[in-house]
Amino acid sequence: MNDFKPQIVAFCCSNCASSAAAVADGMKKTLPDNVKIIQVPCTGRIEILHLLKAFEQGADGVYVAGCQDDSCRYISGIKKAAKRVAGVKRILEEIEMDPERINIFNLCAGQGQRFVEVAYEMINRLKEIGPSPVK
Amino acid sequence: MIVAEPKPIKELLEMVQDFNKILVIGCKGCVTVCNVGGLKEVGILASTLKIARKKDGREIEVGEHVLERQCDPEYIDEVKDIIDDYDAVISLACGVGPQFLSERYPSARIFPGVNTKFMGGAVEHGVWSERCAGCGQCVIHYFGGLCPIARCSKSLMNGPCGGSSHGKCEISDDVDCIWDIIVRKMMAQGRLDELVKFRPPKSWTTARDGGPRKMVREELVI
Repeated sequence: MNDFKPQIVAFCCSNCASSAAAVADGMKKTLPDNVKIIQVPCTGRIEILHLLKAFEQGADGVYVAGCQDDSCRYISGIKKAAKRVAGVKRILEEIEMDPERINIFNLCAGQGQRFVEVAYEMINRLKEIGPSPVK
Repeated sequence: MIVAEPKPIKELLEMVQDFNKILVIGCKGCVTVCNVGGLKEVGILASTLKIARKKDGREIEVGEHVLERQCDPEYIDEVKDIIDDYDAVISLACGVGPQFLSERYPSARIFPGVNTKFMGGAVEHGVWSERCAGCGQCVIHYFGGLCPIARCSKSLMNGPCGGSSHGKCEISDDVDCIWDIIVRKMMAQGRLDELVKFRPPKSWTTARDGGPRKMVREELVI
């Protein structure tokens, strides 16, 4: 494993993902300090520009952690977020950056373990991809 | 509205590759409604340009501005104090906007940021469809309120061609045969006989065939 410590911005739904974070906390499982959480009322609020700004500011990777497709409190927030993440992937491809630098994960409120796992999944993926060329 | 789509980022990057100070100008008119040139899209393009340039290790300064409309001189004037601070301008308006900018600011380098597609409307969220060909002499009332000029692949005005099959046009299953729709609607309204009425040939002098068009309304001229 290399020494590269990717800086990651995670946009988390304040319903499911944040509850999962609380469960993780109760399980004494903590996120690594290179994952910065931005809590949003619903992932449907996240715009393409929010995700791009993270890359513009030098983030190595970005992910969105939201509800399951059928359990969004606002009905379709996570589906909208998935389309916007796909939109950012297309933009990254167009400018010849690895689209795997951004991803979206579906969580349930009780999945504390999974909440931490997705952070490590992203870290491992970004270690393979390498540092962002945008610095 | 005038419907447009974003130009590919690669094409835009190539257009402005020699410039390091770029002003992206949006428009709050049609292109805002079709999500291609409003406040959000100006921000997205500006951010994308910065990411792409930083990736290549090249500095760039990107300004963002959104005009009420780019097709009215009084709004175009709004950027007169800032436009000279930039090497190039990307206009996210329809084809009218960058031309109005080019005419108003002769020394500025103006680039189109979108491809203007057609006059139409949103048939569902994220899907737009052509409705008007701008022929200059509207005749849709002869055809049940539907336009065969804009919506028939051949712009036929005397009924469907042999390429109409099960309500679809032969060019694609995604394209409805407008003549199929017209005929069904006229039948439903009991007006099918109106379609066989004699009408003089349409004058195309009011369309593009008559050259570039200009309209003057004396009551509005100051």
